[in-house]
Amino acid sequence: MRHIRIKRIEEKIFKGLMIVATLAIVVSLFLIIVAIVRRGLPVMSWDMISKIPTGGFYLGKEGGLLNAIVGSLYIVVGSISLGLFFSLPIVLYINLYLPEKSRLAQFTRLSFDVLFGIPSIVYGAFGFTIMVYLGIRTSLLAGILTVTMLIIPILIRSIDEVIRRVPKEMKDAALSLGATRSEIIKPILRQVAPGIVTAILLSVGRGIGDAASVLFTAGYTDSIPTSLSQPVATLPLAIFFQLSSPIAEVQDRAYAAALILTVIVLILSIAARFYSRKFSKNKI
Amino acid sequence: MNTIRYNKYRQAKEFLIRHIMLLLTLVSLTFAILIGISLYYKSVPILDHQSIWGLLSGSSWRPLKGEFGFFPFIMGTLWVTILAVIISLPLCLLAAIYLSEYAHPYIKKIVFPMIDVLAGIPPVVYGVWGILAVVPFISEKLAPHFVEFSTGYSILAGGIVLAIMIIPLMISVFIEIFDALPGGLREASLSLGATNWQTIKKVVLRKSFPGLAAAVVLAISRAFGETIAVLMVCGNVSEVPKSLFDPAYPLPALIANNYGEMMSIPLYDAALMLSALLLFVIILAFNAISRLVLIRIERNFAL
Repeated sequence: MRHIRIKRIEEKIFKGLMIVATLAIVVSLFLIIVAIVRRGLPVMSWDMISKIPTGGFYLGKEGGLLNAIVGSLYIVVGSISLGLFFSLPIVLYINLYLPEKSRLAQFTRLSFDVLFGIPSIVYGAFGFTIMVYLGIRTSLLAGILTVTMLIIPILIRSIDEVIRRVPKEMKDAALSLGATRSEIIKPILRQVAPGIVTAILLSVGRGIGDAASVLFTAGYTDSIPTSLSQPVATLPLAIFFQLSSPIAEVQDRAYAAALILTVIVLILSIAARFYSRKFSKNKI
Repeated sequence: MNTIRYNKYRQAKEFLIRHIMLLLTLVSLTFAILIGISLYYKSVPILDHQSIWGLLSGSSWRPLKGEFGFFPFIMGTLWVTILAVIISLPLCLLAAIYLSEYAHPYIKKIVFPMIDVLAGIPPVVYGVWGILAVVPFISEKLAPHFVEFSTGYSILAGGIVLAIMIIPLMISVFIEIFDALPGGLREASLSLGATNWQTIKKVVLRKSFPGLAAAVVLAISRAFGETIAVLMVCGNVSEVPKSLFDPAYPLPALIANNYGEMMSIPLYDAALMLSALLLFVIILAFNAISRLVLIRIERNFAL
């Protein structure tokens, strides 16, 4: 009788602890967002998102963050296009051409799982060695290339997951009607389109927020670049550099940038969830 | 006649596409090797200069005198990483058990998106949060009880920020592992009169131990390589830390912080590339091992 009571009490204690742990995680998310909003909102203004800084980012008291916003956008658009160009063929190859239990397919998946875990500072350092080797300076091009390396594993892993879920019968039916494998690429892509959008949104989130990879490669500037060979400012570096300034107005700009980045990432995360739900509804 | 010609064209197109895709896939597999080789090639000058053990165990870091001792940075990384795992492991384990074994689907529907959001917050924003909230909390509220003075920029700050950063990864792999366990095991235990918690303790946790260990290794390697957030809150003093309130200088922060000046001092860039190589090799090994364990688990449990 007594040990039944003990076991009930133990059950209750641990269930309580579990609820506390889950709540702690949820609360920490709110604490982060509240801290960023409380510091960033008072210093937000229309100038912040519509003007470039005047008079140097360490000294400038006037102006905003337009250079970093546009720069981040350039980097993300460039690296997503480049990333899709490389990752779609790889994912399609391991799913359409290779048999289900192929060693090559499994090895490819494993290697991108592992590359996914490589920290962005290593990609940054690698990008930097390539730049030195090719004689490129810090530039939009170098930034795009490095961020592309960073997001290819994310694109491949998440697109692979949705393409794997396409029913095998769909492929078999098309092949039995005489289609070649490359001719079923299009219908399959159409089938998984929402999944690809989710993958893209995830990689945009990762690419737009990563500082360590662009630190070596993209440089920083107060103006908006007009060619691929010019350096470019990015939002994460705008936060990182301007926060270390002793001037209050410049620091304010860093907090405003943190708020902008957080809002962008929140929107992306909600959009990704929306699209993946839409996808699971249309699943055959 | 025309159909034959058309089919020939289709076959040629198929051949071409197939081989381009194969080529891309094979090239992508050499990517990791390429990173390793180029970082090694860049760090050869310093390896010629000094032995690898001498570099790893040396504790004096004076680039101008040509002294490159990595020991303080390695210790800084270890302290911060271990602290982060100590903080987040119990939280993640308890929350993951709750979410996969107890929670109503309705609660999962609320909590999962939040974990996704937490995963999506950029490192630099975690760093800003660390500066706004964690660092002042440590220097004003916590440190006075334990030490005479701390700026707040410390191992503890780095550990707390990192702990929250690795929560999403750890918790989602934990939940995947629990969900992969066959339900029959739980039912067998429950039908013998065990309570939910006894079943979890004696069946679920024991059965999923290898997977949980792999997930922790994965989280460790994530914490190991995190750069910007720890750079912003750790204080960056190149001495071996002695207490939680001491500043530390983790390896990734060293690379990121000194990039500007490294080109003008001989061997400096080689030393920094060597630290990137160290990070790369350690994290590659950790990741490969834990992914292989996770793949094996998935295969064994999926019937």
